[in-house]
Amino acid sequence: MKKALLTASAAAFALAASAGYAAARDQIQVAGSSTVLPYAKIVAEQFGETFSNFKTPVVESGGSGAGIKEFCKGVGENTIDIANSSRQIKKDEVKSCQDAGVKDIQEVKIGYDGIVFATDVKGPDWALTPEDVYKALAAKVVVDGKLVDNPNTKWNQVNPKLPDWDIAAYIPGEKHGTREVFEEKLLIAGCKKLGGVEAGKAGGLDDKAAEAACKAVRKDGKAVDIDGDYTETLARIDSNKTGVGVFGLAFYENNADKLKVATVSGITPSTETIAKGEYPVSRPLFFYVKKAHLGVVPGLKEYVDFFLDDQMVGPEGPLAEYGLVAAPEAERKAQREAFDSGKSL
Amino acid sequence: MTDVTMDTVATATPPARRDIGLKRRYAAERRFRLYGVLAILVGLAFLVVMLLSILTKGYTSFWQTTVSLPITFDEKVIDPDNKRATDPNVLITANYPALAQKALAEKLGIDAKNKPMMTRLKGFLSDGSRVQLRDVVVSDPAVIGTTRNVDILVAANLDSAFKGQIDLSVPEDRRKVSDQQVEWMNKLKAEGAMAERFNTGLFTFGASSRPETSGLGVAIIGSFYMMVIVLLLALPIGVAASIYLEEFAKKSRFTDLIEVNINNLAAVPSIVFGLLGLAVFVNFLGMPRSASFVGGLVLTLMTLPTIIIATRAALAAVPPSIRSAALGLGASKMQMVFQHILPLAAPGILTGTIIGLARALGETAPLLLIGMVAFVANYPATPFDPATALPVQIYMWANEAERAFVERMSGAIIILLVFLMAMNITAIVLRRRFERRW
Repeated sequence: MKKALLTASAAAFALAASAGYAAARDQIQVAGSSTVLPYAKIVAEQFGETFSNFKTPVVESGGSGAGIKEFCKGVGENTIDIANSSRQIKKDEVKSCQDAGVKDIQEVKIGYDGIVFATDVKGPDWALTPEDVYKALAAKVVVDGKLVDNPNTKWNQVNPKLPDWDIAAYIPGEKHGTREVFEEKLLIAGCKKLGGVEAGKAGGLDDKAAEAACKAVRKDGKAVDIDGDYTETLARIDSNKTGVGVFGLAFYENNADKLKVATVSGITPSTETIAKGEYPVSRPLFFYVKKAHLGVVPGLKEYVDFFLDDQMVGPEGPLAEYGLVAAPEAERKAQREAFDSGKSL
Repeated sequence: MTDVTMDTVATATPPARRDIGLKRRYAAERRFRLYGVLAILVGLAFLVVMLLSILTKGYTSFWQTTVSLPITFDEKVIDPDNKRATDPNVLITANYPALAQKALAEKLGIDAKNKPMMTRLKGFLSDGSRVQLRDVVVSDPAVIGTTRNVDILVAANLDSAFKGQIDLSVPEDRRKVSDQQVEWMNKLKAEGAMAERFNTGLFTFGASSRPETSGLGVAIIGSFYMMVIVLLLALPIGVAASIYLEEFAKKSRFTDLIEVNINNLAAVPSIVFGLLGLAVFVNFLGMPRSASFVGGLVLTLMTLPTIIIATRAALAAVPPSIRSAALGLGASKMQMVFQHILPLAAPGILTGTIIGLARALGETAPLLLIGMVAFVANYPATPFDPATALPVQIYMWANEAERAFVERMSGAIIILLVFLMAMNITAIVLRRRFERRW
């Protein structure tokens, strides 16, 4: 028994040492945004079913930032091939990529996603504007031309049309790509309309600092950062019926029997209003491909082609059915051509 | 005189008993017992609530709704150009969902030319029917041209509706199943074609974006690989280290330092081992991401301190008289350890190992960083292929938007709990049977 165990563990060591893993990787590896994850999973699964000669790609989640960081670790077998992202890659991220030897990155835009506010399904109808969101959730708001600590504690103090509910909002945490869109399209937009930037400058801040002051979220517990996924936000709404949550459009549509969606600036979020550009809080979704891995990792090019095919990202495809807002036809065509031509960042 | 004495004795109050607080002490004891019982009851209540919520949510996942349909494996659909002899790909890429769709339409008595009705029919059956029917045809191509009854999985939303998990009283546009689909469902149910069957897929399927075709197959294999690796590495290393520390090493500052460090390591949060694994195994040694081999190595590091501590305790519990007797009869120190001490300490060592393994089986955090929290659909052929683990699959399903994943998540928790219970019971049985008291 003892001898057998010892031999077996020696064998396990030998196996590890003997480049058992040096054999070429035959499976595409993807990581990144949890918003893109469901779409990537659908495509990966159908890719595996359609192309019998390739394995189903492995898709990790973990957030856009974490995915891009992993992507930028370098080139080779043990680095990922594709990073999913719910925002565009930043300049300093491209630079750190290039420093690590990832010279050519191809950007692919897969479509759009809407960010919606939703409350418990039994609650009243909600109509929000970016100004309301800013006044309810920013750390500092404009009062008489000056930035002061946010005094609002109830929604109807923000806007008399909103219900008499204590402010309790569950917003995406800082590591989410969604947070950036939330800040840009709601907090900063609302802040600018209410003259928050000017007020900040009058208070002695420069342009950048004034904008940063706009998007700072209050820290007194009325706005709660959710670092997990939307299921956690949904659970919060379940336990606090007067809470307001921020969700992806796809997630809301899958749980429409539990949630009621709010209009933003009078527009009800839907794939149609987002495709037309009417609904203000939407963002493009991307993934980034390591060019050095094309032709090395089997199936990588086919996977990207398959992803960009109209039967996937088109308005009739399974991604649209799950909740992705398909890009206009010209844009989808441009994406395909850009990828085929090998254009990199 | 005596009378007086008698009198005084009779009338005198008995000498006051020294107050030793007996009553108070008994009361304190009763109160303490009550606290103890209360503590146990609170603990039990939490356990019962947890188990009940998991069981009530999860037991349904062991059944899956299917429709028994007479599928006509029509050659015109599968292989319209009759090329399958030369091009085997034809059988792989054929339009199998159309076969299932057609069979369902016939069953429900819908005219195939009635386009609007046919479009509504989409989404009733699972897209997994493609793989299901393909497997039938690929394993037995002779089936082409014949008709055979196949249990086709229905889509997850209908499965939930069939199990009564979707509130059908809410307006139609707010739920995922239409009234028409409910009507068809009831019709098929009345005919007995649509029924719940035991869900073998839960144990065999890999990860999937469709709830009805997702299962724990990859996770079970991944967890199995990791447990084997942990057992093969952690047990010999741990036992050897403890034997050396306990039987051979001289007590010195240095061994004290090692001992303190081992005890500290046992308390280190598991995510730290994940970071270490990422830095050393993946980034420095260049091992593959998401592989269960790397996961096994990380969990080995995590389990080692537990095994070492348990083994040392088991070795120390063997009475010195046995050592002296062995040495006195002329055994070498090594003979003494391997022929006398180790067999006597074995039950304790095994118990510690099994408990360490059970802890490793339930870990997700260290696996997150080495890429094992991932969507993996293919079975891992070797430990170097991407895989997930049981708790990881629970975590992944917990984050899904679709309702049907909730029951799968609870089902997976039940399965994991069963595994853990089996391991812990083995540990208890081993201890009961072989433990010796001196």
